[in-house]
Amino acid sequence: MDEIREALTKTSAATKKDRFGRILSMSALALIIFVVISIFWFVASKGLATFFTNKVNFWDFLTGSKWAPGQLDKAGHPYVGAAPMIVGSFLVTLISALIATPFAIGTAVFMTEISPKRGAKILQPVTELLVGIPSVVYGFIGLTVVVPVMRQLFGGSGFGILAGSFVLFVMILPTVTSMTVDTLRAVPKHYRESALALGATRWQMIYKVILRSATPGILTAIVFGMARAFGEALAVQMVVGNAALMPHNLTSPAATLTSVLTQGIGNTVMGSLENNALWSLALILLLMSLVFNLVIRAIGKKGAM
Amino acid sequence: MLNPRRADKIATGILYLIAGFVILVLVALLGYILFQGLPHLSWHFLTSPAKSFVAGGGIGIQLFNSIYLLLITMLISFPIALGAGIYLNEYASKKSRVIGLIRTAIEILSSLPSVVVGLFGFLLFVVQFKLGFSLLSGAIALTFFNLPLLTRSVEESLRTIPDLQREAGSALGLSRWETVGHIILPAALPSIVTGVVLSAGRVFGEAAALIYTAGQSAPALNFADWNPFDVSSPLNLMRPAETLAVHIWKINSEGIMPDAADVSAGASAVLIIAVLIFNFAARYISKVLFRHLTSSK
Repeated sequence: MDEIREALTKTSAATKKDRFGRILSMSALALIIFVVISIFWFVASKGLATFFTNKVNFWDFLTGSKWAPGQLDKAGHPYVGAAPMIVGSFLVTLISALIATPFAIGTAVFMTEISPKRGAKILQPVTELLVGIPSVVYGFIGLTVVVPVMRQLFGGSGFGILAGSFVLFVMILPTVTSMTVDTLRAVPKHYRESALALGATRWQMIYKVILRSATPGILTAIVFGMARAFGEALAVQMVVGNAALMPHNLTSPAATLTSVLTQGIGNTVMGSLENNALWSLALILLLMSLVFNLVIRAIGKKGAM
Repeated sequence: MLNPRRADKIATGILYLIAGFVILVLVALLGYILFQGLPHLSWHFLTSPAKSFVAGGGIGIQLFNSIYLLLITMLISFPIALGAGIYLNEYASKKSRVIGLIRTAIEILSSLPSVVVGLFGFLLFVVQFKLGFSLLSGAIALTFFNLPLLTRSVEESLRTIPDLQREAGSALGLSRWETVGHIILPAALPSIVTGVVLSAGRVFGEAAALIYTAGQSAPALNFADWNPFDVSSPLNLMRPAETLAVHIWKINSEGIMPDAADVSAGASAVLIIAVLIFNFAARYISKVLFRHLTSSK
């Protein structure tokens, strides 16, 4: 009697196993969340130390144009103006996205609408392959091909915003293209059929129906490419020239947030103002990637309606 | 107003031009790397240690470091990603707010610049936990960088398995965990493996997250010493380990050896070939596994 009751009321082996599995897989997920939170916590606490511990004026930090954290100006404030790097980062991102967008959309349309066979055979595998090419390789090519060409064309050293933008353009092109292809493929087939049935030419169908209905997806792809360009460190650092000066033209040496970070963080002492100022740059990078994320979400929500 | 038919012709022509130009750029890119790099590849180059001041150095240690680091990273990140992917697809409720937030967090992690992830690894492991510039610090930093992508690919692989299989498992009286272990995972294995190999390609070429975690120096190794606790043993997890990608970056930004361009051309070619191999391997393995597991021809 008791045995039967026990067997009925006790948790069965299968349930125990199931609970175990649930907890095991949940703890893996919890670990990832913990990582995300600790990244934000550590970078923010280091990055904000510039303003709270070293008492740097936040506004001066954002708008100041001289970056020399080791030196003091007449009033005794250190020179920590991050504006040159912020401007540099935004310029390379915007220019590379501007160049890449028409090429990416054109190629994607070609692959899905004009010549799907050739697209699937040649372009598809090549873009997939190029997405995987390490950024240092792009940087190396930038250094040996793009920079000398810039030097020939515009004089000077060849290093600068324009060289960085070109390298980033080639880097984000495959990413933006393959994402745009995915969106174009997701446009229902009957859209195309009904447009053609109404007597539209192929271009009218592409321009007025396909591209319009795929706009949210294409925008997402572009913002995604911009996020990648903004956060890219090594390839840009190799060709941008790394002079933390306000860029006065596109072919003079400049710097981006990432390039100053990769160069500087090893040469400063932990906890010093120079070091904290660099962490503030990392914080800006972190917040910008958050902004790009929010933009992508906002576009996605609008497109879903 | 342009005649629509004419506009169509012009537009088609322009699209052909754009696609042609892009193909040209991509082919030139691949061709340039291989053309520049392949002549420098030799057994000596692939196996001998790098030299700092004279020409003729190889990439042996860096190549070994890259592969070893990749292995360690995968050992750490795959179980975590597998667990998280299983929870997200099999247990989590689709409507839950918390799960939505968690998904957002994973998305944010995947979009963080890799240099920020590297700096975080530097701060926490190298400085705080006093692991120093070491393989272990590098592997953990790469794990962070790798986790969101791997989790997503596991989750996607599980999602493609039809619910019919889960229902069949329940009908047989299996618990959910048993269904996952015995039915869902084996069925999803081909695409999970593809995802793992593709992310391995990305990890192999990653440099920004490693500069300040695995370090920028490659001390000489004694390949006869397999005791993981010796300083010069290749298996030692606590030694600094410059990888191939970091090596390329370093000699291009501060290299002083006379043949820096040649070494980086050769090393770039090796990286590209590795990416190619990972790409083809992913396709091939998933094909073979699929055939093997489903007995379809």
